[in-house]
Amino acid sequence: MSPQTHAGLDYSKVDEILANYGYEKSNLIAILQKVQEVFRYLPLDVMTYIGTKIEGLSPATVYGVATFYAQFSLEPKGKYEIKVCDGTACHVRGSMPVLNAVYQCLNPVVVVNGKVYPQMTADAIKIVIATIMNEEEGK
Amino acid sequence: MSDKKTLIINGKEVEFTDEPNLLEVIRKAGFNVPTFCYRPDLTQYGACRMCVVEVEYPNGRVLINSSCTMPPETGIKVKTNTERTRRIRKTVLELLLANHDRECTTCDKSGKCELQQYAEEYGIKDVSKYVAKRKEDFLPIDDSNPSIVRDPNKCILCGACVRACSEFQGHSVLGFANRGSKTVVQPIAGKPLAKVDCVYCGQCQAVCPTGALTIKNEVNEVWNLITDPQKKVLAQIAPSVRVAIGEEFGLEPGENTIKLVNAALKEIGFDLVFDTNFSADLTIMEEAHEFVERLSKGENLPLFTSCCPAWVRYLELQHPDMLKHLSSCKSPQGMLSPVLRTLVPKYFEGFSEENINIVSIMPCTAKKAEAKRSQLGKDGKFETDYVLTTQELAKMIKSAGIDFKSLEPAEGDSPFALYSGAATIFGASGGVAEAAVRTAYEFVTGEPLSDIDIKSMRGVDKNHRCKDVELDIKGTKVKVRVVSTLKEAEKSLQEIKNGTSDFHMLEVMACPGGCINGGGQPRSCDDTHVKEKRAQGLYKEDSELTYRRSNDNPDIKKLYAEYLEAPGSHKAHELLHTVYEDKFKGSYKDVVKA
Ligand code: SF4
Ligand code: SF4
Ligand code: SF4
Ligand code: FES
Repeated sequence: MSPQTHAGLDYSKVDEILANYGYEKSNLIAILQKVQEVFRYLPLDVMTYIGTKIEGLSPATVYGVATFYAQFSLEPKGKYEIKVCDGTACHVRGSMPVLNAVYQCLNPVVVVNGKVYPQMTADAIKIVIATIMNEEEGK
Repeated sequence: MSDKKTLIINGKEVEFTDEPNLLEVIRKAGFNVPTFCYRPDLTQYGACRMCVVEVEYPNGRVLINSSCTMPPETGIKVKTNTERTRRIRKTVLELLLANHDRECTTCDKSGKCELQQYAEEYGIKDVSKYVAKRKEDFLPIDDSNPSIVRDPNKCILCGACVRACSEFQGHSVLGFANRGSKTVVQPIAGKPLAKVDCVYCGQCQAVCPTGALTIKNEVNEVWNLITDPQKKVLAQIAPSVRVAIGEEFGLEPGENTIKLVNAALKEIGFDLVFDTNFSADLTIMEEAHEFVERLSKGENLPLFTSCCPAWVRYLELQHPDMLKHLSSCKSPQGMLSPVLRTLVPKYFEGFSEENINIVSIMPCTAKKAEAKRSQLGKDGKFETDYVLTTQELAKMIKSAGIDFKSLEPAEGDSPFALYSGAATIFGASGGVAEAAVRTAYEFVTGEPLSDIDIKSMRGVDKNHRCKDVELDIKGTKVKVRVVSTLKEAEKSLQEIKNGTSDFHMLEVMACPGGCINGGGQPRSCDDTHVKEKRAQGLYKEDSELTYRRSNDNPDIKKLYAEYLEAPGSHKAHELLHTVYEDKFKGSYKDVVKA
């Protein structure tokens, strides 16, 4: 199995990205962009990891760069981002029914310790939780 | 000498040589400009604009420049105090104050805060023209850390702490986050300062101009002990305190005030006053014994010194695989407390194991955390009850209305009063190794070391953060490395891991220059020479003392004869040695699932 963070993220790709950019402090922004492409956001674990791997940086300083630029997201994001405008004009013209329709079409996404489960249903979440509980007991 | 370089400051011709920036030239010439973000031992940052000066170039152009980032140039005319520079500084101050939690009276930095000082000097009376930060936007104060308190509402974003942590300790625990009006300086993701890889050295706090980072103050707790008639309170005083506390009372850095400190502690109400120097001698007896043993067996070399708790914590967090190198000796603070608890009741009437409380006076914020190590106590009761930093003791002395300078000098209490010169130099980087070698030489050869001053181990400035010394112990070559700052220590660790190191002993002090420059010492971040003067104060005392080697100290001999038997004995191990803990779990490097 490839190496994983505590949150269960495969970070062998992070090593690859770091190596491609020569573990250089000056490449941090490019590194974070690539990492965000892989995970669709910047997990805290991964920022911490990068902070310990690049000379002259620290977890706190990597976090600082990630929070400085609006292009980086610290929250998990989906593949498609749907925005429904609910400004006054749109609201009057029926944005709420549209939003409800979106909810009906898409089952919710559940995130467990950074791992994303799309299209969740009431039955599926029971299985996910049961699996985790089994793992914990087995420890 | 080539032609000399000069410039004009406020109409006065001033010579300069290799000063890194104009500000240093200005200060050398006897003028001053205010600064927040400039600290001579850190890289220049140029963010606060307080140090602006008016510079007239030979071609007649006049520019406003921040003097801390500008190199000195021949032929320029500098004015440090003009209408324009004053106006800029006032605006900076007004903006900062509008955004500041201005509760000065209850702030721990009050009286020492540079923001407060300059606001007063520049006559800032009203900041109502700027939008003030609202109380409901204040962020919570973080006092989770055993040594440092962080109050983000007092932060002026000068970045000095971030640079100190990164340039001294190698990984900046604190960093800038967010942008614009939301910018803060904080541990990663705003985590509590106790839940990150902070080693409690307090260097961030030592360079912070405001009350945003302060020492965790335990003065009230100590007053409570002292005023409780049921309790006997013992003090122990670390080497570096004596050459620094005088600065709080107008004395020169380096002036040895140990007898005044003894007197002040008695005056405050401590029942007995002891010297951590005594247990520094004890540390050397045990550590030299341990070193000689490891040398002869070729085991767990290099030996790492263990008296700096910031260093110990660093290894526990980041390099638990290297803990076997660490000497098992407790620090001098850690050794003296159990010795006093065990032996004071035998020597002094009215003192019992139950009523003894111990307060140590340290240059160090990390010692507060060390005292609370589970290994140094049992059942929730610790061998050292409280640790006060030099700064806190100075506050106590002032609040007791004691006129420090005119106290009648007093001796410490016997039989643990005598100490050697080897003990007193513990406070400076290189001192522990020098002391250890003085005794180890004699343990190996049976003869006293003749060249007792090992000058190559000394030096506390920026250029002496890594010192390699080779010694000849009757034909055996022994290599000692001395480092200060964990950034330097990390390099040595990497050498050991790569198999390229060849030293047998590694002395580490986390603070640049050693404990004389510890996080609990009086503020000196504006003057890089203060630590050198303090170190000279210690070396001077060493040269004047009757005994210069720990193994010559008669009180130490007596303690071994009457109680401890011999260095490394079973009894010595019980009282004076300790074990370490793998704290890797949850640390920065613990990202990978096993
Ligand atoms: S106490 Fe030391 S390690 Fe902790 S944040 Fe401050 S400088 Fe860094
Ligand atoms: S905490 Fe202090 S040193 Fe750090 S940025 Fe804020 S004001 Fe400056
Ligand atoms: S060098 Fe000295 S003052 Fe600094 S953390 Fe270590 S023991 Fe404390
Ligand atoms: S001290 Fe020069 S810019 Fe801050």
